[in-house]
Amino acid sequence: MLSNHLPILQVVIPLIFAPVCVILRNGTLSWVLASLVSCITFIIACLLLTSVSGGNNITYALGGWVAPAGIEYHVDLLTAYMLLIINAVAAVVVIAARESMASEIASDRLYLFYAAFLLNLTGLLGVVMTGDAFNLFVFIEIASLSSYAMISISRDRRCLYAAFKYLILGTIGASFILISVGLLYAVTGTLNIFDLSDRLGNVENTNTVITALIFFTIGIAIKAAIFPLHLWLPDAYTYSPVIVSTFLAGTTTKVFIYALIRFIYSLFGYEFSFNQLVLNDLLMILACGAVLYGSIQAIRQDSIKRLLAYSSIAQIGYMVLGISIATELGLAASLAHVFNHAVIKVALFLSVACIIYRYNTEMISQLHGISKFMPYTSACFLFGGLSLIGIPLTAGFTSKWLLIQASFSAGYWSLVIIIVFSSILSILYVWKVVEAAYFKTPAVELSNNNTQNAPRLLYIALFIFVLANLYFGTETSVNIGFAKDIAYGLVN
Amino acid sequence: MEILGLFNYWAVIFLMMSGLYIIIAHDNLVKKLIGINIFQTSIFILFISLGKVSGGTAPVLTESAQLYSSPLPHVLILTAIVVGISTTALGLAIIIRIYKAFGTIEDNEIQQEL
Repeated sequence: MLSNHLPILQVVIPLIFAPVCVILRNGTLSWVLASLVSCITFIIACLLLTSVSGGNNITYALGGWVAPAGIEYHVDLLTAYMLLIINAVAAVVVIAARESMASEIASDRLYLFYAAFLLNLTGLLGVVMTGDAFNLFVFIEIASLSSYAMISISRDRRCLYAAFKYLILGTIGASFILISVGLLYAVTGTLNIFDLSDRLGNVENTNTVITALIFFTIGIAIKAAIFPLHLWLPDAYTYSPVIVSTFLAGTTTKVFIYALIRFIYSLFGYEFSFNQLVLNDLLMILACGAVLYGSIQAIRQDSIKRLLAYSSIAQIGYMVLGISIATELGLAASLAHVFNHAVIKVALFLSVACIIYRYNTEMISQLHGISKFMPYTSACFLFGGLSLIGIPLTAGFTSKWLLIQASFSAGYWSLVIIIVFSSILSILYVWKVVEAAYFKTPAVELSNNNTQNAPRLLYIALFIFVLANLYFGTETSVNIGFAKDIAYGLVN
Repeated sequence: MEILGLFNYWAVIFLMMSGLYIIIAHDNLVKKLIGINIFQTSIFILFISLGKVSGGTAPVLTESAQLYSSPLPHVLILTAIVVGISTTALGLAIIIRIYKAFGTIEDNEIQQEL
């Protein structure tokens, strides 16, 4: 009985417990609650994945109103795959969050952070789960509004300006998505994504539908920080509490990449978006720009958080590059990179969290010789960095290799050169941190014995994600296997 | 005739562009938020005008009404207005904290202090 309602429980459980956190008014209790809730949603995501991996999709009509009149939740393999990524990141990060958050924000605000976190989780899960275009907009705004709040919660006053900038740009992006939904409704009279794709067949070449696709792509490009619309991302990741950066880096941008894939493949149609409107050519130019710009900017940074933020822009470029190749293999590479990048970036940000907890700084110039004082954390950062570069036997390699294969088979030689060149650039920026950690004379301030080592749960979370990097580099049935199945399902 | 018949769309485009212009051109953060509001309002008008059926009445189930406007866009926009209000409220809350932390709400002055 309960198992029939798993799709709605996935979204509603965090939504219900978010206000409970506010009522509790206690940081520790809220943390326990948020951890429990994210574990439960993680279990539900696993159950959903096992039940759809056989190939039978689940549709759930909200309130018994059958689509297209009612709102429908739709779980196919792509949805379940994204749910798994979001929930895995959310569960591990929130369990590890307690001491790190307590050290970074005022203690009377902690419960508000956990409430915002659960709301954000609701929004992200809802975006992935919903089969209704307007519902998608609402969930995007739930996720975005709570992330503005989570960014502005830090003690550093610069976070306020970063949050406001994100709020302005994010609202413009969401409004563009709303315009797109309105135009689609105007030509078809329906909001259900799958119903829309059926009815668009007859009216595809009208200006209204083309405008809708353009508005949607630009709106999503702002939200997913696709170059050159990434301006909010570096500040938001740098000035927010490091746990928030970890969570955002692991989930938010990926969900919007999902929305782009869903709209292109399930709604507008591959044929219309790519062959008639050559959206792929536009995306390819942007993606190449992102990959090069992000990597070059990352080399110039002194703050590790900012370095990782620019590296995220480059990695988002890889995901978009996979989509823009417009073949089944390219899409599979993109989806696999969504998974791998979540694993890589969370590992890297968690190691930064350990460093910040102990030394309260993330500036490379102040962390010379840190490997002497935090050997495990430095080693974890090194392994995460190797995975980011794409060294064989790490997760980062598998999706990059798939991307290179896709470029080869589609005949894009120049893309292969760009991918290899930007990998060399990523060696440079990872090396910048590794060199400071291992080969510089230790800074005197770091030898201070009064500093407190990072909490055990934070280390456990870090180890889980670093081991995941190595595990998914050799055992590719989850990331590459699912990505290929999903791409096959979407293209055919 | 073509232009007059599409009057509602011209209004929407005018408001939308005004809103975007205010967001870009003004340094004052509150004015930027007002720009966002105007921009969002233009989208609300776009939706509402889509639902209008010429000659139709309000969508209330009575014996006399044969032709009525589509109620769905109204419902959607109610939700979108709620989203808009939340955005404005959160934006204003952040502006208050920016004022406390920086002593100004002018974009260029804040950027000098960063």
